[in-house]
Amino acid sequence: VIHDFATWLVRDVLGLSIEARWGAALHFFVYDTLKIMFLLAAMTLAMGALNSYMPVERVRAVLASRRWFGLDHFVAALFGALTPFCSCSSIPLFIGFVRGGIPLGVTFSFLITSPLVNEAAVAVFAGTFGWKVTGIYTGAGIAVGTLLGFVLGRFRLERLVEPWVFEVPAIASDGSGDRRSFRQRVPSIVGEAWATARKVAPYVVVGIAVGAAMHGFVPTGAFEGALERDNPLAVPMAVAVGVPLYANATGVIPIVEQLVAKGIPIGTALAFMMAVVGLSIPEGVLLRRVLRPRLVAIYFGSVALAIVALGYVFNALLT
Amino acid sequence: MKIQVLGPGCINCTTLETRTRAALKAAAVEATIEKVSDYAEIARLGVMKTPGLVIDGRVVVSGRVPSVDEIRGFLGR
Repeated sequence: VIHDFATWLVRDVLGLSIEARWGAALHFFVYDTLKIMFLLAAMTLAMGALNSYMPVERVRAVLASRRWFGLDHFVAALFGALTPFCSCSSIPLFIGFVRGGIPLGVTFSFLITSPLVNEAAVAVFAGTFGWKVTGIYTGAGIAVGTLLGFVLGRFRLERLVEPWVFEVPAIASDGSGDRRSFRQRVPSIVGEAWATARKVAPYVVVGIAVGAAMHGFVPTGAFEGALERDNPLAVPMAVAVGVPLYANATGVIPIVEQLVAKGIPIGTALAFMMAVVGLSIPEGVLLRRVLRPRLVAIYFGSVALAIVALGYVFNALLT
Repeated sequence: MKIQVLGPGCINCTTLETRTRAALKAAAVEATIEKVSDYAEIARLGVMKTPGLVIDGRVVVSGRVPSVDEIRGFLGR
């Protein structure tokens, strides 16, 4: 339906051929913008509703009960994927988890997955790459969080946590205090979804515009030289570029989609995306408040390595 | 009445403060508003997701920005 509308608008209203360069770029822009905005709205609303009933306090209570028979890290990563939180909350969240009786490794599983798989990135991903690649990305994000949390939990890293963290009194709220009915919740759910969508939207639209221009004007296969799969350093290079990029990086997804369409291997592109959304300098600065510099380095290093490894695996399997 | 707005200073926290002031004005309630941006203090109050609103030491909202009307409800007017 959206595709037909975009075709109608470009061909019949504006009188452009969708085979011509300008027509193709414009058609791509209209179609992708509408589709992605629709997905973004649906996704933020669904996640907002879920989180209204499953606040972090309850997630903590579920994880702290430790009845997961060795699956703790996986469950934590899964909750991380389902619980959006802005990096400005990562410190109180970290303290709340650690002081709430959740092991450090399980806390890391949550912290690693949460930015990697967030509702805005998934929505834009689904709109540009389709559901199959989105599913692979989401699964890979949860797997990275599960495994790294498990591995990091094996080492005695508690000594690398700033001591003041353990002096914060433990608080046992389980988030059951919110007794509002569904109808009472609707305004705040919609409000939050709107706020998230509005924050991300301008960047996404710019990203789609750049992607659309590339779609119309850059010839297929144009990038095969620079980051092609025979270049063994392509994946680490993509990750190194991606880590410092931050915030509304969801906007780069449509650009990356076009890079893939023009010849960059999908694994390199996915590794780049993961580096952009999963790790950022502001997040590192914040984590430094609760973690010793060495642990911040271990955290960033291991996540970056895992992303590079995934990039190689995807390049081998998907292309 | 003592009101604390918890948050490191992101957009949500400033919105919450603005709405709290509006709610106080609408309800004609006198209160001191304190902004808490220290992470240790935020965690000590038991809030894991900012922004948070604390009235007389009790956390009434965390992790979302309530509407002005809802804040008025918390004020008990």
